[in-house]
Amino acid sequence: MTAATVHSAIEPAETPLTPDSWGKLGMWVFLVGDAVGFGVLLAGYGAMRATSGDWPNPYQVLGINLTALMTFLLICSSVTMVKALEWLGRGDRSRAIQYLFFTALGGAIFVSLQAYEWTHLIHRGMHINQNPWGATLFGTSFFLVTGFHGLHVTGGVIYLLSMIRYVAHRPEAAASYNAVEITGLYWHFVDLVWIMVFTFMYLI
Amino acid sequence: MAETAHKHPNYMAIFWYLAILTIIELAVIYMPLAKFTIGVLLCALALGKAALVAMYFMHLKFEAKTLGWIAVTPLAIATLLVFVLLPDGFAVLKTTDAAKKPAVTAPAKH
Repeated sequence: MTAATVHSAIEPAETPLTPDSWGKLGMWVFLVGDAVGFGVLLAGYGAMRATSGDWPNPYQVLGINLTALMTFLLICSSVTMVKALEWLGRGDRSRAIQYLFFTALGGAIFVSLQAYEWTHLIHRGMHINQNPWGATLFGTSFFLVTGFHGLHVTGGVIYLLSMIRYVAHRPEAAASYNAVEITGLYWHFVDLVWIMVFTFMYLI
Repeated sequence: MAETAHKHPNYMAIFWYLAILTIIELAVIYMPLAKFTIGVLLCALALGKAALVAMYFMHLKFEAKTLGWIAVTPLAIATLLVFVLLPDGFAVLKTTDAAKKPAVTAPAKH
């Protein structure tokens, strides 16, 4: 038995998990971990709410018009993200950069609207340790979960802006395709999490 | 990357599906249904929207099946966690119920 066959017996060169891009698999593994983080927060939220006698009705207290607009904005920014990748695939770097900028702008507006919403709620007496409507944990969980998501959006905007620079400095458009696709994975994940947060923290 | 060119689905169609599902979500909360039914409907709509984003925007539909299994793991863990937390929740409910009616549980005389 040669050394090569012994090695392949230990670990085959190609497994079902061997990806086209290791970076992409790396991002997926990170996102799965991050999703567990959000899953734990939302499951904990559900447990606290289910066992509380005086949990306020979120959509009556928080108001969902602005948040529905924010949801729509994130969906739009997901579309501009896939458009950026599509243009990059066609070799049109300036269009790709333009759409990456729109995506970052959508994220920045989202965070700004969230800051406006938070300020408004704080003025109405909602704090992390008290609120005028009922269970204390209502305020705690609201600020914790939406804040954790807002941090992800803020990080995503910084990530997108740095990717604009990265794409602009590659020798050719195709060279940054993989990196932009990985950025897209993160951005769509942030959108996906917001779909969950919006449903569980505002609508139900 | 030439091999990725054929992978692009119709993104605008997905956008309209997501927008319509969001409008349905907003309509559902004002429907004259039981709170539980509304909750189940909203969960189903949210999962549908999340699946659309993952499958088409994140290209999961076009990736290896193994990656799909990795991607749904957090959902399984979160669902499991709900059941893990349930006994604790019922215990809390029981103690708060007991605290609300002390006259029933407290013995009147020895």
